[in-house]
Amino acid sequence: MMPTVLMQGNEAVVEGAINAGLKFYAGYPITPSTEIAELCAEKLPFVGGKFIQMEDEIASMAAVIGASLTGLKAMTATSGPGFSLKQENIGFAAMAEIPCVIVDVQRMGPSTGMPTSPAQGDVMQSRWGTHGDHPIIVLSPSSVKEAYYITIQAFNLSEKYRTPVILLMDEVIGHLREAVNLDEYKDVEIFERPMPQDKENYLPYQYIENGVAPLAPFGKGFRFHVTGLAHNEKGLPTNDPKVTEKLIKRLIGKIENNKKDIVMFEEKDTEGGDILLISFGSSARACEAAMQELKKEGIKVGLFKPITIWPFPDKKLREIYPRFKKVFVVEMNTGQLYYEVDRIIKGNTYVGKINKFNGEFFTPFDIVEKIKESF
Amino acid sequence: MASELVERYFRKETLPNIWCPGCSNGIVTTAIVRAIDNLGLDQNKVCIVSGIGCSARASGYLDFNTLHTTHGRAIAFATGIKFANPDLTVIVITGDGDNAAIGGNHFIHACRRNIDLTVVMYNNHIYGMTGGQHSPTTPRFDRATTAPYGNIDRYFDICKLAIGAGATYVARGTAYHVQQLTKLIERGISHKGFSFIEALSICPTYYGRKNKKGTPADMLKWLKDHAVDIKQGSKMDPEEFHDKFIIGELLNIDEPEFVEEYQKILNNLKVNYK
Amino acid sequence: MSSIEIRLSGSGGQGLILAGIILAEAAILDGKNSVQSQSYGPEARGGSSKAEIIISDEYITYPKVLKPDILLTLAPSAYLWYKNDMKENGIIIIDESIIPNDEDAQKVIRLPIIKTAQEVIGRAFVANIISLGVIAELTNVVTKESLERAVLNRVPPGTEEINKRALTEGYNLVKMRGSEIWQKQMI
Repeated sequence: MMPTVLMQGNEAVVEGAINAGLKFYAGYPITPSTEIAELCAEKLPFVGGKFIQMEDEIASMAAVIGASLTGLKAMTATSGPGFSLKQENIGFAAMAEIPCVIVDVQRMGPSTGMPTSPAQGDVMQSRWGTHGDHPIIVLSPSSVKEAYYITIQAFNLSEKYRTPVILLMDEVIGHLREAVNLDEYKDVEIFERPMPQDKENYLPYQYIENGVAPLAPFGKGFRFHVTGLAHNEKGLPTNDPKVTEKLIKRLIGKIENNKKDIVMFEEKDTEGGDILLISFGSSARACEAAMQELKKEGIKVGLFKPITIWPFPDKKLREIYPRFKKVFVVEMNTGQLYYEVDRIIKGNTYVGKINKFNGEFFTPFDIVEKIKESF
Repeated sequence: MASELVERYFRKETLPNIWCPGCSNGIVTTAIVRAIDNLGLDQNKVCIVSGIGCSARASGYLDFNTLHTTHGRAIAFATGIKFANPDLTVIVITGDGDNAAIGGNHFIHACRRNIDLTVVMYNNHIYGMTGGQHSPTTPRFDRATTAPYGNIDRYFDICKLAIGAGATYVARGTAYHVQQLTKLIERGISHKGFSFIEALSICPTYYGRKNKKGTPADMLKWLKDHAVDIKQGSKMDPEEFHDKFIIGELLNIDEPEFVEEYQKILNNLKVNYK
Repeated sequence: MSSIEIRLSGSGGQGLILAGIILAEAAILDGKNSVQSQSYGPEARGGSSKAEIIISDEYITYPKVLKPDILLTLAPSAYLWYKNDMKENGIIIIDESIIPNDEDAQKVIRLPIIKTAQEVIGRAFVANIISLGVIAELTNVVTKESLERAVLNRVPPGTEEINKRALTEGYNLVKMRGSEIWQKQMI
């Protein structure tokens, strides 16, 4: 039985990562994610892992991909400006199908913005930050305990689908300390990268509908090629439109067609009522408190909290939203997840925005007020 | 001999390569392969990492663990590989644009760390893949598509940069002096620490045509006529030397290597742990 | 007790964020739920700093302090900044060096926290631990046993004795001024 301890969000990410088998961290200092690098530097040596502080954000992402190719579970962490810099290599990982986890502890932007202040302005960047159509999985926790569990799932999904996974944190959850007991997660399954068998006929990019071939580590006798160029099943560059189209379809399909396995969400009081709030990360906590207030006044409010931001749990939302008169998307930006919700609801129900983008965290009153105004 | 090398170390389905007739990239790539063969390295334990550009395409042709990365970042990817699995021999193939311009920061910091990588920079003085723009090593006043009236930037001596940044093995060879180049690469791979080998190359298609340098053979002859071995160079007076360049081993020293130093920390911690 | 909100504020370097962490851990040792958060300016030292703690028997939904039940502040600027956020009947504890407005003078509790650290213990850096002793003696938000354990878990090795003494001095500051404080809490 593990004791209940006070743990910070960024620390929970490191604990979760180590539990998931993290063996390699490369990073560059940036507020408010730096605790993740510091703790990895301290702890990885004791689990046979390695830590390196690289010369910049781009190099950190590159080193993580290189390490993953040798078979190690690898991670980096950053915040907005660094996340922008990493994008090209995140695209490389998506195209070359190299598992890795990228933590983005969001802060107020754009540009240098407010380095110690919370925001959720990277929702769209986490989906479309790199160029070209590409698959991506983005997960967002709203408590310290969840940060631990979701980090483990980030590694599992990354390894299972050979794709970069973005852990979209925010400053509030990253720096928050909460009483947590990790006992309930002690039996959480850890996905290990499968080892291919046939060295002679190994196809690292074999066409498997909605799936991936196992990734052999460098140095074990498979001798294959990895490139960001469009490639055939052997991984060798191609200019063939048919081969390229098939590749892109498979890359998108392996995520889109496995949503049932990938998507995570939480719902609260979604049986029906006046208002459905849709929120994620720390903002969802403000929503929960606002719901308690509104309940006292007889307003029936439900909460739908996607944990998988991308791919968005569209099927579940389609099931829930018709039970409510109005929908509000609550987020610390000028309205980003809103676009996805609006796209799904297609004008069938009113979709409003509740936003905050001044570097301050939502208070429950911000939300209560907006909802009352809507009546 | 060459055909045996092709048989053993090249992915035949990828040939012929995309390089232009007269390009020296094949010569330098063969020198790398021959160096690996001479050293008797296990093919399964060799990684070739490259960036973007003409030279970087070499990784796809070679039958090792090969990684063709993003522009300028090959050394950073290679750092991840070497640090994660020190049993691998990691060789980076890069060009003057890839390494000296967009990848400059990774290059100097890898030098500083003295991590055990071998970087071979094919220096053809131009961006070939994109069609002949000036690079950090385009000589002053030479022409390129983005320097139609002559290049005003100064020449970047990357060997000097490597020495200044802390590399522990630095050498320069040419596509003409193939046997020496092979030897220099061999010694670079054997050296424990960061090794940098500049391989002066020719680009007849862009650099050569823009600057009226003649045929590929003329360009190789130019390399032959202007290269001075380091052993003789020290005896020459500056008058004689002004349009020449030094080839050979410029630096070979021992300094603590990054991966080994990290291992020492791990060893110490294990002793003190628990 | 449903939920108690506590704000500790002062200048960066006074150790109030560590104090906040210790207080939240003490609550956990008491078997309660707690969250702790902080904010600070970009300066490593000398800027304003704020630690917030919520202690509850239940799951804490909203993790930040909205209306403190307890405000402890060691810097004049922080006092002016936060004094108006208080819950009705909330307790404001300020260092003796801070002069309150006339209208507040009746209800705030002024104690020589920094002076005790400097002159009684001889170490200015224990003002944060004395503050915790004050809060525990005054409010019972955490038990003294848990607080002492939490302090010893978190302070640097070799400073245990000094910090234990600091806690005791914190308790004593309140005990010595018991009736006066009692009256203020009644206001």
